[in-house]
Amino acid sequence: MDEIQPLTPDTRRKQYTPRGENGPGRRPQPLIRSAGIRFALGYGVVFVLAAFVLAFSLWHSTADVLQQQVEISIHDDATMLAEHDQIGGAQSVAAALQDRLANRQNTDGIYLLEDAAGNRMAGNLDQWPVGLTQMDTWYELPVRHGGEESVALLRAMQLPTGEKLLVGRDVRALIGLHDTLRDAMIGAASLIVLLGLLSTLLIRALFRRVIRDISTTTRAIAQGDLSRRVPRTGKGDEFDELAGVINDMLDRISRLMDGVRQVSNAIAHDLRTPITRARARLEDAAAHACSPDEVQNAIERATQDLDGIVRVFEALLRIAEIEAGARRAAFFAVDLSPMLRDMDELYQAVADERGLHLQTNIATTLPVFGDRDLVQQAVANLLDNALKFSTPGEVIRLFATLNRGMVEISVADRGPGIAEADRARATERFFRAETARNTEGSGLGLALVAAVAQLHNGTLELLDNKPGLWAVLRIPAQLSAA
Amino acid sequence: MRILVVEDDKDVAGFVVKGLREAGHAVEYADNGRDGLFLAASENFDAIILDRMLPGGIDGLRLLETLRAQDNATPVVFLSALTQVDDRVRGLKAGGDDYLTKPFAFAELLARVEALARRGKGDGPATRLTVGDLEMDLLSRSVRRGTQKIDLQPREFRLLEYLMRHAGQVVTRTMLLEGVWDYHFDPQTNVIDVHISRLRQKIDKPFDQPLLHTVRNAGYMLRAEEA
Repeated sequence: MDEIQPLTPDTRRKQYTPRGENGPGRRPQPLIRSAGIRFALGYGVVFVLAAFVLAFSLWHSTADVLQQQVEISIHDDATMLAEHDQIGGAQSVAAALQDRLANRQNTDGIYLLEDAAGNRMAGNLDQWPVGLTQMDTWYELPVRHGGEESVALLRAMQLPTGEKLLVGRDVRALIGLHDTLRDAMIGAASLIVLLGLLSTLLIRALFRRVIRDISTTTRAIAQGDLSRRVPRTGKGDEFDELAGVINDMLDRISRLMDGVRQVSNAIAHDLRTPITRARARLEDAAAHACSPDEVQNAIERATQDLDGIVRVFEALLRIAEIEAGARRAAFFAVDLSPMLRDMDELYQAVADERGLHLQTNIATTLPVFGDRDLVQQAVANLLDNALKFSTPGEVIRLFATLNRGMVEISVADRGPGIAEADRARATERFFRAETARNTEGSGLGLALVAAVAQLHNGTLELLDNKPGLWAVLRIPAQLSAA
Repeated sequence: MRILVVEDDKDVAGFVVKGLREAGHAVEYADNGRDGLFLAASENFDAIILDRMLPGGIDGLRLLETLRAQDNATPVVFLSALTQVDDRVRGLKAGGDDYLTKPFAFAELLARVEALARRGKGDGPATRLTVGDLEMDLLSRSVRRGTQKIDLQPREFRLLEYLMRHAGQVVTRTMLLEGVWDYHFDPQTNVIDVHISRLRQKIDKPFDQPLLHTVRNAGYMLRAEEA
C-alpha cells in the first residue's frame, strides 16, 4: 500500500484542505464516505418506508373499515328501534328487542332497555355497563352477556318517554382480528427491516465489487500500467457497458501513448543518425583535415545533414499542425483541377528525365472545400514516392476524377509496393517498409498525406497495383460551387 | 544597397550582417524593436530584414505595422522561428513582403532580399526584357536569342520570364517554386533542376555563350557575361 500513498484520501486531504475546514485533525468517516454504503442505506430506507406505507394502508383498509361497519350497523339498529319507540312506545321497543334476541343468528347484538328509574325492561345485559354515562357517544367497554366476559362497542340513547336504550355489538372477534393483524405486522416489519438490511449489504457488496474493479484498474493505469483493463462480466448490463466504455477509452489512450512513444523513439533514432553524421564530419575535419578544401567540404556536408534534420522537423511540425486541425480556418472553395494539371506538367519533365511514363487523366473540374496547398503537398508526396520507387520504363498514373460525391486522386506505380502486412502501418510517422529501407526518405510522406486526408474529412487508401502501390486520396467534393 | 537588419540573436545577426557586407551592401543593425523602428523610420533603406520576436516591447509585427502606418513602403523580409501557416499569413498581412523561417540558408536570404530591393526600385511595367543577346517580348510572348527564334512551352516561358526579371541575381529553387509554380514547400524530387536543364537546352545549348548559370549551394542566375 505504501506505493500508492499519494492517492489515499488522507494525504490528499492534507494537500487540499482549505483553511476554513477543521483540517488534518479530523478523522475520515469511512462509513458515510463510502458511496456504496450511502447508496445501499438509501435503498434500505426506501425499502422499509415502502413496506410501512403498505402495512399502514392494509391496516386501515381492514381494521378501520370493519370498525366503521360495526358502527354503521349499531347506528342503523338504534335508529330502527327509535322508530319502534315513536310508534308503540317503550313496550314496542322491548318487544322488538325480544324478537332480535330470539333470532339465533344475531349473536353479536347487545341490547339493554331500562326505564327512567333504572330498572331493566328488556335486553341481554344484566346491568347497565359501568362507565357508560353519556348519551349518544361511542364506548368500547367490557360487558358480560350470555355468561361470558366480552368487549362491546356501545352507544346509548334516551327515548322520549324517559327510558334509556343501549345498543351495541360484541367486538371480541374484531379485537382478536386487530391483535392478529398487529402481531402479523410487527412480525412482517421485523422481517422487512431484516430484508432491507440484507439487501443493503448485498447492494453494497455489488457496488463495491464493480467500483473496485474500475478503481483498481484506473489506479493501476494512473501508476503507469497501461495494459490493465476493467474485467467484463459479460452480462451486458449497465456495469458491463460502463466497463466496456472505460476499456475503449483506455485502448484509445494506450494507442495514442504508443503513437507518442513511437514518434519520440523514431525522432530519437531518425534525427540522431544525421546529427551523429554531421558531428562526426565536423570533429573529423577539426582533428584530421589537412587542407582548407577538406575543411570546407566537411562543413558543407555537415550543413546538408543539418538541412536534412530541419526538413524532418518541418515535416513533423506540419503533420502535427494539420492533425491539430488549425488549418481548417484557412479552408476555402477551390477547384483542384488546375493545380493538378500544373503538377502534371511539373512532374512530367522529371518522369521524362528518369525514363518513366507519367500518364495522367484529370477531370476538368474537381471542386472541394479545403486547403489547396495541403492537397498539393499531399499529391506531391505521392508522386515523389512513385518516382522514387519506379525504375526506368515503368508507368506512373495520376488520375483525378469525381466519383460519387468524392474527388478521387489516385497515384499508382509499378514499383515494389507495400506488403499487405505493412499497409496499415504505412501511414504512421517514420514507418518504413523493409523494401524501402535502402531508399532515401524520412518515412513521413504518407503520414502527411493521411493527415491531409483526415483534415478534409477524406480518406487515404493504399491498394495493391499488382505490382506496385496504388494510393487513392478521397476528399468530399463540393458540388454547389461557392 | 542599404539594408537594415533587426535581429536580437547576436550570432545570427552577426552572420547575416557579415554576409550582406561581403555581398557589397551597406548594413545597419539594431538588436531590439525600439532601435529598429527608430532607424527604419528615420533613414532610407532599400530593404529591411526583420525578426518576428524582438525584445524591448516592440516585436517585429508591431514595428512593421507602425512603419506601414507612416506610409513607409520599404520592402521587408520577415525572419522567424514561427513556422505555422497562421504566423506566416499574419506576417504578410501586417505588410511583410516575404517570410523566411529559421533556420535558413544565407544564400536564400540574400537572394530574396536582393530580389525584393530590386523590385522596390520599380522600373515600371516592361514589355520587353533583355539579357545579353536574349530578348523576350512580353506582348507577343516570343523569345529570341540573337537572330534565332526560340520556341518555349508556356511554363518554360514563365520560368524564363522570372529569371530574366531577376537577371544578375541569384534565384533559389524555392523562389522558382513559389514564383513560377505557386508551390509552397520543397518537394523531395529535383523538379526545378529538371525544368532548368530543359530550359537550358533551348536557350543555351545551341550557343557559345551560356547565360543560365548554376550558383553552387544557392540556385541559378541568368546573366550576360562571366563575372
